[in-house]
Amino acid sequence: MTARDDKPKLSRAHCLDLLRHMIRVRMFEDKCAELYTTEKIRGFLHLYDGEEAIAAGVIPVLQLRDRIVATYREHGHALVRGLPMANVMAEMYGKFEGVSAGRGGSMHLFDAETNFYGGNAIVGGGLPMATGLALADKMRAEKVVTVCFFGEGAAAEGEFHESLNLAALWSLPVLFVCENNCYAMGTALDRSESETDIHAKAACYQIETEAVDGMDVVAVEAAARRAVHSIRETDKPYFLECRTYRFRAHSMFDAQLYRDKAEVEEWRSKGPIVRFQGWLAKSGIAHPEDIEKIESDVKEEIEEAVAFAEAGSWEPVEKLTRWVYAERA
Amino acid sequence: MAKRIIKAETVQITYREAIRKAICEAMHQDERVFLMGEDVGRYGGCYAVTKGLLKEFGPERIRDTPLSESGFTGAGIGAAIGGMRPIVELMTVNFSLLAMDQILNNAATIRHMSGNQFGVPLVIRMATGAGRQLAAQHSHSLEGWYAHIPGIKVLAPATLEDARGMLWTALDDPDPVLIFENVMLYNMEGELPANAGPVNIEKAAIRREGRDISLITYGGSLWKTLEAAEALAREGIKAEVIDLRTLRPLDDTTIIASVAKTRRAVIVDEGWRSGSLASEIVTRIVEQAFWRLDGPIARVCSEEVPIPYPQHLEQAAIPQAEKVVAAAKNLLSK
Amino acid sequence: MAEFRMPSLGADMEAGTLTDWLVKAGDTVQRGDIIAVVETQKGAIEIEVFQEGVVEDFLVQQGTRVPVGTPLAIIRGELEEAPTAKPTLEAEPVGRREEEPVRQAARPVVALRRTEGELRASPAARKLAEELSVDLSLVTGTGPGGAIVAADVESAAEAAGAPARLKRPKAAETQKAIAAAMEHAKREIPHYYLSTTINLEPAMNWLEKTNAARAVPERLIHGVLYIKAMAQTLRNFPELNGYWVEGEFRHSEAIHTSIAISLRGGGLVAPALHDADRKDLDTLMGEFRDLVMRARAGKLRSSELSDATITITSLGEEGVDSVFPIIYPPQVAIVGVGTVVKRPWQEDDNVSVSRVVTLSLAGDHRVSNGHRGALFLRALGELLQQPKAL
Repeated sequence: MTARDDKPKLSRAHCLDLLRHMIRVRMFEDKCAELYTTEKIRGFLHLYDGEEAIAAGVIPVLQLRDRIVATYREHGHALVRGLPMANVMAEMYGKFEGVSAGRGGSMHLFDAETNFYGGNAIVGGGLPMATGLALADKMRAEKVVTVCFFGEGAAAEGEFHESLNLAALWSLPVLFVCENNCYAMGTALDRSESETDIHAKAACYQIETEAVDGMDVVAVEAAARRAVHSIRETDKPYFLECRTYRFRAHSMFDAQLYRDKAEVEEWRSKGPIVRFQGWLAKSGIAHPEDIEKIESDVKEEIEEAVAFAEAGSWEPVEKLTRWVYAERA
Repeated sequence: MAKRIIKAETVQITYREAIRKAICEAMHQDERVFLMGEDVGRYGGCYAVTKGLLKEFGPERIRDTPLSESGFTGAGIGAAIGGMRPIVELMTVNFSLLAMDQILNNAATIRHMSGNQFGVPLVIRMATGAGRQLAAQHSHSLEGWYAHIPGIKVLAPATLEDARGMLWTALDDPDPVLIFENVMLYNMEGELPANAGPVNIEKAAIRREGRDISLITYGGSLWKTLEAAEALAREGIKAEVIDLRTLRPLDDTTIIASVAKTRRAVIVDEGWRSGSLASEIVTRIVEQAFWRLDGPIARVCSEEVPIPYPQHLEQAAIPQAEKVVAAAKNLLSK
Repeated sequence: MAEFRMPSLGADMEAGTLTDWLVKAGDTVQRGDIIAVVETQKGAIEIEVFQEGVVEDFLVQQGTRVPVGTPLAIIRGELEEAPTAKPTLEAEPVGRREEEPVRQAARPVVALRRTEGELRASPAARKLAEELSVDLSLVTGTGPGGAIVAADVESAAEAAGAPARLKRPKAAETQKAIAAAMEHAKREIPHYYLSTTINLEPAMNWLEKTNAARAVPERLIHGVLYIKAMAQTLRNFPELNGYWVEGEFRHSEAIHTSIAISLRGGGLVAPALHDADRKDLDTLMGEFRDLVMRARAGKLRSSELSDATITITSLGEEGVDSVFPIIYPPQVAIVGVGTVVKRPWQEDDNVSVSRVVTLSLAGDHRVSNGHRGALFLRALGELLQQPKAL
């Protein structure tokens, strides 16, 4: 590890990595949309289109022993973190081979191996848990960072404030990452917050805080490196507000009556993949064949994942009531 | 040589002190154990349970929290997942409502939702019950609500042994355990073996044997029920008193064996009658011992009213020994 | 070639109305293109296509509401589109188990095992046993786990043969029961009615002569003649003897005639004489007497109340010429007998005064018809002309 690991190194390999993460997530989400319309995936489906730069910028900065808490819009985070796509897809289908054994579905992806703590469907519900994970690490003097992703809608919940307060008061190694996509389901930020500057709220709790362009993967990575470095050095929490936009609806069943099509189109034109890919092409770092290879590799991976999910098994109904309590040896 | 009878050493102790001893012992035995809650440290605990512990264990392990029930209960959940064995003290069940989201949507469900990848070995202690004229917002008995939820365990220690011994077993459990301490019991004093240790958290206990009727109860109502049994005995009615001890899971075996023997039952439960834990027990008896019954089953619960402030009204609202006696005699009359 | 179907857009979306097509036939579409607008309970949602190709055919017109999954259009794939699945992907499913259509085994409720000498009887059974003086320990139970339920006690009481002491229902209750039965009969059974007046002189003459030679207790009443005649005639008219059960007619080989008996203090009961066609008049008379006595004392057996395959009702004492009776379900016919009156009677070309009686038949038109009914009445009438044959 170099002394200055708080700055991104934009080598060709790394750039293609970042791009690959984002394209992989985008194409996966697109496939999920299709599978949802044909009723292969059921329940609720919340897609990450437009926000890929945040997961791609933050998560690779972490180490395997760091912990991640996310929301119901967590497919991108799971994939970037390294949960196998096939098992994630199987979970979406509800198959036993899914990451949560099919029991959770789209909103509850969990993985012990990669310290991935969901997948939480209660807005704001993951923040207290993140402070607790950090508390455990601190009490045992483990040098671990807990990253907690949530949307700006959580800023209205009491648990947001309670958690920020606790993290600051007890000096807990939490990186709070607010993915501010301007809409909490159908409610625009200025209709629900008297103070719309989210990271300013965190500052009120005496937390080191930053706002960053969430559509710029390099900016996000840079901010994430600064934040993680700071937490590891100071053992104090950090707050990152990433300003982004959600290209698709809140979930599949959303007529988007609350926003303008023109607004969506405008953000699409400034989207993370469009911008980064454009810049890479312009600077000669990436060539068309690189993009093609990424896309075809991902396409293949997705097809295999779908086939795996299709072929997966349904947990027998007799096992219904297992895993409510720990099974006795 | 005459046999020397060695009397086991006992100590005079209160319910509150028994819990304190249990916490102390757990924290000495296992460095993963720590306690957090409102005013547990400097203040010494709302009910003085944790008095002196801050000095003994320090502020990291006896951790005062801000008034953030949801926040610090969720933190307890996270800490438990992360490898600690936290004891979260929610001042009373009345305030636990602010933490219900964390308890139900996280603590109770994470093992299942994650496909058994993560468990939550968390203990939550709360005071519960009425009797100190604290009025409607400070007098609830909601342990029956919690007993409704799959994924957690719910205990109600009513005796000194259980106050002393349930905590360790609960801390050892890989799943969340809620312990309800009735406010009227904290001052209860008695003798306890000096070497009292952990007790099981799965079985109900027969506190008094009898043949004529089963009186089934838990927590603060146990002592009123025993009083009732004594009064009934003076009239020639031999009542059997069962202390449930664990409200989830319920110990069907002990309950059913008793009712099968006596053929009659009164359930005493400080929750409100409608949708009470008592209703659940009545149903289980009907399901499993119908053919043994010699009459309907009675419940003595709190009346359908928010707990009032004046003493005479508060006492009229909650179960009393006289009500249990009347209910029992009614079932045994022609 | 692929079908573009109405997509599921939400957990609670069951159908959608296609309001606009945003492409025309012949347009080329790419994956992700918005192809149509669908109106749902949440508002209008633009839907995208996930296939590439040329729009060929629309299957659903604008403005149509269709369920999720309904094909909306045909999209013809480009020729150069290779099958996306590589051969290896069609390999055996990994770790696949057939979806087991298993019901969840019902969690067995821990039932108390029956201990030695333990009698399991429901509260209702115990109460009934007390009323009917039934010894529970002799009863076989058919309830859950072999427990004794009320019906078991009733069966035991009947099988014991001892006349089950039927509590004499209060008048109001009887009335209610009759009302319910009659309402049911009139509502469910399509009745047809026939009547015929016959010359009863031969029968009455024979009866008077026979009775004159007997002691009073052994005398026959003319009612018994009707019963026997009817029972005998019924042998040739199976469609009038039996039960209408669960939507079909079940003919009865045995002929159990029931007689409507009015009770003192109001009320009506119609107990059966079993196998009336096989018994001689004297036997029938004896049984009839016994029935009436027991009916009035409230001591009928339940089999007597439930076994009748046909009923005969007489209003002779009341003085009406003819009776238009209502069938007692589940029977399918009922015979009515009016008052015996003296009327001018024509035979051959002679007119004389004779005792005549009007016999009527109400039949269930689901089972029999007027033609057969008429034949029955005629046969009955003819049989009554030859009392010695009874």
